[in-house]
Amino acid sequence: MTEPVAKSGREAILGAIRQSLGRPALSADARHELNEHIDKHRANLVPARGKGDHAAQVERFQEMVRAAACTVAVVASEAAVPGAVADYLRANNLPTQVTLAPDEWLCGLDWDSQSLLETRQGTAGIDDLVSVTPAFAGVAETGTLVALSGKDHPTTLNFVPDYHVVALRASQVVGAYEEVWARLRKANKQGRGFTMPRTVNMITGPSRTADIALTIELGAHGPRSLHIVLIDDQTGKD
Amino acid sequence: MEFMNPSIFKENARAALADKDLRSAMAMLNAGMVPNRQAAVDRLPEFTLLSQRGRELKDHVLGNLDFYLESFERNCKAAGGHVHWCATPADAQAAVLKICRSVDAKTVTKGKSMIAEEIHLNEFLEKHGIEPVETDLGEYIIQLAQEPPSHIIGPAIHKTKDQVSDLFLKHHAKLGRTERQTEPPKMVNEAREILRQKYFDADVGITGANYLIAETGSSIIVTNEGNGDLTQTLPKIHIVVTSLEKVVPTLEDATTFLRILARSATGQEFSAYTTISTGPRRPDDLDGPGEYHVILLDNGRSTMLGSEVQDMLRCIRCGACMNHCPVYQSVGGHTYGTVYVGPMGAVLSPALLGVSETQHLPCASTLCGRCEEVCPVAIPLPRLLRQWRERSFEAGKVPGLERWGLSVWAFFARRPWLYGLAARLAVRGLRYLGRRQGRLRTLWFAGGWTDGRDLPAPEGQTFQERWRRQQAERQRGGAAR
Repeated sequence: MTEPVAKSGREAILGAIRQSLGRPALSADARHELNEHIDKHRANLVPARGKGDHAAQVERFQEMVRAAACTVAVVASEAAVPGAVADYLRANNLPTQVTLAPDEWLCGLDWDSQSLLETRQGTAGIDDLVSVTPAFAGVAETGTLVALSGKDHPTTLNFVPDYHVVALRASQVVGAYEEVWARLRKANKQGRGFTMPRTVNMITGPSRTADIALTIELGAHGPRSLHIVLIDDQTGKD
Repeated sequence: MEFMNPSIFKENARAALADKDLRSAMAMLNAGMVPNRQAAVDRLPEFTLLSQRGRELKDHVLGNLDFYLESFERNCKAAGGHVHWCATPADAQAAVLKICRSVDAKTVTKGKSMIAEEIHLNEFLEKHGIEPVETDLGEYIIQLAQEPPSHIIGPAIHKTKDQVSDLFLKHHAKLGRTERQTEPPKMVNEAREILRQKYFDADVGITGANYLIAETGSSIIVTNEGNGDLTQTLPKIHIVVTSLEKVVPTLEDATTFLRILARSATGQEFSAYTTISTGPRRPDDLDGPGEYHVILLDNGRSTMLGSEVQDMLRCIRCGACMNHCPVYQSVGGHTYGTVYVGPMGAVLSPALLGVSETQHLPCASTLCGRCEEVCPVAIPLPRLLRQWRERSFEAGKVPGLERWGLSVWAFFARRPWLYGLAARLAVRGLRYLGRRQGRLRTLWFAGGWTDGRDLPAPEGQTFQERWRRQQAERQRGGAAR
């Protein structure tokens, strides 16, 4: 080790910032005002395409995820999810072993109905080819899935396997990112604020790169393919 | 080409202009990146308003930077993370090394990070017996080639496909990959397969951060390949190397920047992976790193605050300025001899490295203004370039002949009648010389300029003469109506 990190690093940097700004540390009033800005966490500007009625957003979501190179299968109920996963594996000539996120809802589906599927629950290892996970939300404005890490959703499932299948209910689709943050703040409320999971993964299509001669290739390091099984859980509920 | 030496910009530029491979690689930029960005911007009618809001937010944060950094630190620690304040690159290197040593790290995987480039982290880790493995495909390519990045988001943008084929064959043959791959899908796949095990074997994963969120103490990375996520999820420790000006107040504020970043950078609606990370794995998490460290680098940024180049601290590192710069497009990134290249680099590098080291860079611009036009946070790059030119002139860094030329020009400019006379003489003289072909092939006092192109012969009147005539015609026309 060349030399220890100066203990005064923090004070030196904060001091230099204040000197450049030509003022001392902020007064209690000024700090209060800035804390208000944080506490209110107002949305700045939500594009029009992220607003509007839910059915239209579900339409837009499908359009945008397809534009981002995802494939989509729409099913009429959650009971049809295991069958849709089996269909996807068959259509792509994939092996029948899949790793499920240890999520109560997902694992509670009738996977035994698909006699050819071999399911296990847990994190993804280097040899895992297919994962099936839930998601916290789908965002229509750019066709983005939002996944939260936790005991029911290991992050490796989103990145290690070659094929990632996400089961999403149409009621989880929102127009804009801000609606996801509102849902997250509510779901993880703690005291006056909320707790963030270790990771919030916003996923828009499969992995890609343009690092060789600016040619876009899918499957750089993450999944080569991202398949969404979209459950129509709203028809007839309005 | 000699890398990382900004004092030989002119020599590098000459070599770059003669490099056919570089020219064919750079041509792709204008054909792809420029129209892709425009299309993405056109698809979002609110882009300009979002951009304005982004600019205001950055200015607000910079004016209260101490407050937001302290908030970030408090919330990062509350989530179990560690924050290391580092005034200099050496402080940042030492902080990273100390963390790596704590787990006796042998290999470190790395996601793409310009701050890691700024502190020359790879060289430093290698010197201390730790193997850094770049996992972003572009960074991996230039690590094999032992070159610095030539673009802030596409580090290997200067390489042709054939050059990458050769490089892979040379370095992968010893791993049993003896067939030269020439198709991009196969090449991408080869790199994927070689790097896969490295993610699982690494002791520490290092990424950069596009943003830090004060409200939650989180860091955000925006990537397309998924390498950054594998890098930060699989090892025991995740280190984020970043700098002071990356902090934003809230999740909603970060969202505004996310809406303009990918569109400006690659012309995508959204990058494939935007990941918000907060602290280490929770007690009941099944994966994720056990420790989360944030290295906060200053390296001169605190002194840029309040100075005439403060606006540069708004930069969100999208790369649009270089994609649209005619000089960058012609000479590529390595010519600049600095970590940050193109217009943003020519403004930032003198602030980080000093004016005397980097005096040529602010001059490597025609001040055409395209960079400012496409900058999503409206950094007045041409004005800042001019400011550095003035500083350089004041510091006496401008060579004698140039200073003499400027003083001759100033002599005439201060005497308008003499200026007008000299201009009339010059214009008529040049018209006479170019009378046959309507252009001049060589000029004895501007050989450097006419070497590469002809000078169209003037039509016989000076700008001032034409202006006067035009104004007079307009007035007559106005009176007739």
